[in-house]
Amino acid sequence: MKKPEITESLLAPGHKACAGCGEALAARIIMDAAGPDIIVTAATGCLEVFSTLYPQSAWKMPWIHSLFENSSAVAAGIEVALKALGRENEAKVIAQGGDGATADIGVGCLSGMFERGHDVLYICYDNEAYMNTGIQRSGLTPFEASTTTSPSGEISWGNKTDKKPMPEIAAAHKIPYVATATVGYIKDLEKKVKKALSIKGPKYLQVHCPCPLGWAHDPSLTIKVAKMAVQTGLIPIFEMENEKITSVRKIAKKQPVEEYLKLQARFRHLFKKIGGEEEIKRIQQIADNNIKKYGLM
Amino acid sequence: MAKPEGVVAKPGSSKEYKTGSWRTEKPVFKQDKCTDCRICVMVCPDGVIFGSDKKYYADLDYCKGCGICVEECPVDDIEMVVEVR
Ligand SMILES: Cc1ncc(C[n+]2csc(CCOP(=O)(O)OP(=O)(O)O)c2C)c(N)n1
Ligand code: SF4
Ligand SMILES: [Mg+2]
Repeated sequence: MKKPEITESLLAPGHKACAGCGEALAARIIMDAAGPDIIVTAATGCLEVFSTLYPQSAWKMPWIHSLFENSSAVAAGIEVALKALGRENEAKVIAQGGDGATADIGVGCLSGMFERGHDVLYICYDNEAYMNTGIQRSGLTPFEASTTTSPSGEISWGNKTDKKPMPEIAAAHKIPYVATATVGYIKDLEKKVKKALSIKGPKYLQVHCPCPLGWAHDPSLTIKVAKMAVQTGLIPIFEMENEKITSVRKIAKKQPVEEYLKLQARFRHLFKKIGGEEEIKRIQQIADNNIKKYGLM
Repeated sequence: MAKPEGVVAKPGSSKEYKTGSWRTEKPVFKQDKCTDCRICVMVCPDGVIFGSDKKYYADLDYCKGCGICVEECPVDDIEMVVEVR
């Protein structure tokens, strides 16, 4: 069977994302899987800044930039307005934010959106730091990554905490659908977007998006880095429906965490400083705990 | 009706700016061993790889030269070449 020619994406080119940006790739895939009948909000962050250099816009659907913290609240308002107009069957509502917008500053608004039961899909683009303002750590920055606010140095090994369990925090609101995905596995990401939109009520999808600038990896390696995060166990890919895990992506061939860390200069200190081997063991422990907790093997 | 402040009414108008000028290397599609898997189309962050029937190409007006397509092509049918302009 002849495959159909793909026409231009709902996220048009000419946007100013860095070459190899995982977030731009994720957004394009998500919009094309969800659209065209969608209304989309976006928090402040790279995704918003690179796509809407005034007066231009890369978006081809009704799209609104909220504040940094309230893309979920704005989306909730849109959903309620559609209902009030009796037009809720005409478009699905999608809210978007980076990891900083989602897990830190916007977590209150997001919790409210979940609690009130709005029929909105929330997408968290997890590039593991506040990239747009210069790589500051967020609640989703992984353990011992070097960022500008958790720099590695003589004494410091980088970020002191590990990733906040946002998917579980979302699921604890008893919402019908929570999932993690990655640009490493695009078909899986597309499937989850479509599935989420087929479910009524609040949905949360957290997408792991390598950032060549902030993670300091070669732009050509975005997909490889994303896959390696999954194959080490550091980024578990799963679905939760009504608080229960209903599917996990199994690790095909378990890789030691070094294979992931060494691709990115944000972890360079682990290989350079004396004592790094011990620290890498601690990161391996995080991966092994994930493998056990989510049944990844 | 007057357009409110800050509203962009032209969808997809980012295309007015051509990001191809950022590039120092470009992907060349050899169109030799291609199996029509379309992975290059799928992985392009900018969505600027088009084509069908084992003949794919990047829109060089917008391609930023990240090299993901070259890295991901399973049959090595794309290569990066330095551009002199
Ligand atoms: C209330 C408020 N505080 C701070 C900022 C500055 N600011 C804009 S974008 C951004 C970082 C965004 O990080 P994240 O949400 O992770 O998105 P990314 O840029 O990484 O995609 C910050 C701190 C702001 N716009 N509004
Ligand atoms: S800084 Fe990172 S997230 Fe932002 S546009 Fe560049 S690659 Fe994308
Ligand atoms: Mg971020």
